[in-house]
Amino acid sequence: MKYYDYPKLFVLALPVAIFFVTFFIVPMVQLAIVGASGDSGVSSYFTIVNTPRHFESMLATLLLSIAVTFTALVISTTAGLFLVRNIFPGKEIVLSILTFPLAFPGVVIGFLIIMLAGRQGLIGLVTKALLGEKTVFAYSMLGLFFGYLYFSIPRVILTIMAAAEKLDKSLEEAAKSLGAPPFRIVIDIIIPALKPGLIASGAICFATSMGAFGTAFTLATNIDVLPMTIYTEFTLNANIAGAASLSIVLGLVTWIALFISRSLSGQTIAVSG
Amino acid sequence: MAGLIIKDIQKSFGKTKVLHGINMEISDGEFIVIVGPSGCGKSTLLRMIAGLENVTSGEILIDNLNVNNKEPMDRNIAMVFQNYALYPHMSVFKNMAYGLKIAGIPKLEISERVQEAAKMLELGELLERKPRELSGGQRQRVAMGRAIVRKPAVFLFDEPLSNLDAKLRIQMRLEIKSLQQRLGTTSLFVTHDQVEAMTLADRMVVMNEGVAEQIGSPLDVFQKPETIFSAQFIGSPAMNLIKGVTDGQSIKLENGVLLKCVTNFSGEVLAGLRPEDLLPDKKGEIIIQIDMAEPIGASTILHGTLKNSDIKIVSMVQGLVDQKDMQKEMSFSISPEVIHLFNRESGKRIN
Repeated sequence: MKYYDYPKLFVLALPVAIFFVTFFIVPMVQLAIVGASGDSGVSSYFTIVNTPRHFESMLATLLLSIAVTFTALVISTTAGLFLVRNIFPGKEIVLSILTFPLAFPGVVIGFLIIMLAGRQGLIGLVTKALLGEKTVFAYSMLGLFFGYLYFSIPRVILTIMAAAEKLDKSLEEAAKSLGAPPFRIVIDIIIPALKPGLIASGAICFATSMGAFGTAFTLATNIDVLPMTIYTEFTLNANIAGAASLSIVLGLVTWIALFISRSLSGQTIAVSG
Repeated sequence: MAGLIIKDIQKSFGKTKVLHGINMEISDGEFIVIVGPSGCGKSTLLRMIAGLENVTSGEILIDNLNVNNKEPMDRNIAMVFQNYALYPHMSVFKNMAYGLKIAGIPKLEISERVQEAAKMLELGELLERKPRELSGGQRQRVAMGRAIVRKPAVFLFDEPLSNLDAKLRIQMRLEIKSLQQRLGTTSLFVTHDQVEAMTLADRMVVMNEGVAEQIGSPLDVFQKPETIFSAQFIGSPAMNLIKGVTDGQSIKLENGVLLKCVTNFSGEVLAGLRPEDLLPDKKGEIIIQIDMAEPIGASTILHGTLKNSDIKIVSMVQGLVDQKDMQKEMSFSISPEVIHLFNRESGKRIN
């Protein structure tokens, strides 16, 4: 990278600087101050460790996000490789259907999960007819897991496909001729080559799952993920300081995850959620 | 080490037929070069032997064993790829050791074999480097090292020198040749470069449009090209081909010049005259109007037109011909034994 000595060009960075300060730094500082302004002062930042409910919520959110990330990576890597390697009629349609969830907000995805596994859901109807008992998991962590998986998969598939297209086929052929069986080729050659893409898309998955709210809110009966806890503290319990400190912690955890993945993969990662 | 037999190998991609029945018998330790223009099917043939492409019909035998349906890993071959195909995330040592590690060979032996190959290829200092930290020639050596450590029955080289610059290519060409002679491993080498083919091969296979035009020693192919294609593909500058009619002992070229030649065929032919076989001779029958001279150091290539015609002809003379001294017209003679005669329809050699 080269640095040019054109100080005047900083003017070009002015709009983004203004935006960043007004909409990010100022509210963040405000939030940090509010977080420390409660009855317990600065120590309210330790609420995540001290309050069992908050700690459990944090833990549940982390576990959920990690589970979603790994499942999405496994499913999407196999599917992405298949889609890149094979040409079949209707491939374009399959691709556009797979990326369809990107078009939905979290609320709609929550709604879809209810349609599938809710009290009046399809799975419930089928299991009732077959086993005489309704299976309902839409309103639990499992429902949320499927909802998050649903919108994580397209993000990962797109990244993996982009990375898989650049895979050098001769590397695999060389491994074949050197005597490597297929599973060794996957472990020794393909996964290392896809690593930057896996890390980048995994980080997006993780960050999105950590912060997603719409789906959880739609399904919320038995769900206590961190964004929901923040919402509850803020609106129902009027514990503004607690909500603020939890927000900061949630932001930090996500940011650290992104930071680590960025330094591992050397790529710019964008998050939307 | 083993021989390799190829029986009537054909290959089609969908409806397109790319190999029309190739037959070859390669004996143990032989160095075979498959040479041809791009798209002639030479790489496909190599990849079929490696097991990276299916065989449409025919048989491939390595050490008298049919390997048609065997996976690459079970064929006891090692391939060197055009782009080297080194694993970017592995060090030179790990790249070279990979095949042995897969085979479950003990660590100590792997280390010994890699060290031995590294020494042979002068890679000893570089074993801990990653491929991206190596020069083109070094990467090439690592790719060969990776093949050598496996001690395979057959080496397959897929245009391994084409990504190197001219000087390095000549150096690596010599190294491959001496390495192969030292190891004595049966080798197949694919290239589009006729110089590589001439210098490396014990025998070469000239391929064109999915057909083996000629199989023979480099000198055989050069001195007795079986077809018009191999006549024109091997030799630089390319052989001149001029229409003519023979009467059993001499040939009358299109422009009326009568040349003695060795044949017992009478009829319409194509006469092949190698540029370097045209010798400047004040009393020569072949009179050429010189249009251009290309001095290339030890010799000069003269481009011209046969007198009393518009037939283009190229000749190569020893030494430098100064532009000033260059005559507008030069006469040449050619000895009857080096006139190649080809059938106009079939393109096959007659004499």
